[in-house]
Amino acid sequence: MSIREIIAAVCIIIGLLVFLCATFGVFRFKYVMNKMHAAALGDTMGLFFVVVGLMIMSDSVFVIAKYVLIILFFWLTSPIATHMIAKVELLTNKDAEERMKGK
Amino acid sequence: MSDNRSFWQRLKGWIDGDEVIIDADKYISTRERKEIAPGEKRVSVEHVRSNNPTLYRVLCVGITLCFIVVMLMVVMDLPMFGDPGSPTNNEVAARYLESGIEETGAINFVAGMILDYRAFDTFGESNVLFMAVVAVLMLLQRDKKNISAVEDKEMAEDEVFDGQDSKIILKKGAKCLAPIVILYGIYVVLNGHLSPGGGFSGGSIIGAGLILYAAANGHKKMQTFFTVKTLTITSVCCLLTYCGCKSYSFFTGANHVGWEVPKGTPGDILSSGFILPLNICVGLVVACTMYGFYALFTKGEI
Repeated sequence: MSIREIIAAVCIIIGLLVFLCATFGVFRFKYVMNKMHAAALGDTMGLFFVVVGLMIMSDSVFVIAKYVLIILFFWLTSPIATHMIAKVELLTNKDAEERMKGK
Repeated sequence: MSDNRSFWQRLKGWIDGDEVIIDADKYISTRERKEIAPGEKRVSVEHVRSNNPTLYRVLCVGITLCFIVVMLMVVMDLPMFGDPGSPTNNEVAARYLESGIEETGAINFVAGMILDYRAFDTFGESNVLFMAVVAVLMLLQRDKKNISAVEDKEMAEDEVFDGQDSKIILKKGAKCLAPIVILYGIYVVLNGHLSPGGGFSGGSIIGAGLILYAAANGHKKMQTFFTVKTLTITSVCCLLTYCGCKSYSFFTGANHVGWEVPKGTPGDILSSGFILPLNICVGLVVACTMYGFYALFTKGEI
């Protein structure tokens, strides 16, 4: 195994661990805000590490450019979606403030 | 329950959507329970559950196990994945792979299959989508008949509330993303015969882009270019075009006799006969259906 493969493998494994934490958090937490926080972790940091690992493995510049686009797309869409869900939760749940202070 | 209307009145009521039982609520609240004779034996799930919990549990597990065993037996009988001797790997698949490009002109075998060999099947699928959106339109569209003053007031309040909310993040995001998403959808539709994708997947992407735009900019702005009329005209025109394009093989003797559509060079954007226009038709129908569902389920109007 060359150095490049090892670095790529480490990146991908870190990404998968982040995804594992995210999945675990989605099932572990009970309140929607906490669940959302956990889910957003996988979509941003987990995806970033996995794609960086794949970038290191790829040879062509065009493939790397496509990976950059994937990261850009997810980093644009995922926070917006999370933001909208949080907004709806704040607007519709009357005891949202209490829930966030209490626990 | 006695109903002394004439047959014609009952038929008229049925078409108008009357309830089958007149004053159903009253009938349900006043009806008598069936008396059970003391000697009669009753076997029902509720009866077993309350009188004999152990038997209930044993039966539950037993019946579930039976079903699990039956399903596992069926799975065991299925051929292995990729088995060359399995019934799906027959001369039909071989024929598609061998002469697919030559006969349909499409590099994407799936597009060649669903829009040339089995185009009639795809036509049915597009019609199913159209029927679905028509049914939802019938049931959910807001008009004078199915909305009360209270609902109208709530709707107006929602609108005012929506207007106060500036939604700056969503708006900026949609401004960057919606054109790119729709453009990508168009690319997928137009390259359906050259690369993975095609009408159904590309249409869904276009629909998602439209939904994003509508969510950010509101229905009012969406209605400047997309109304019920647009949806109806686009869907019907596309289905009719599809129908016309594909029935040529019937008019020419069901075997493409006499008149062939030029296939072009496989790999060119303008190639493979009718697959490109058919992909566009399917894509437009799917996009309209996706956005129509979203609009009808959120606002009750397109």
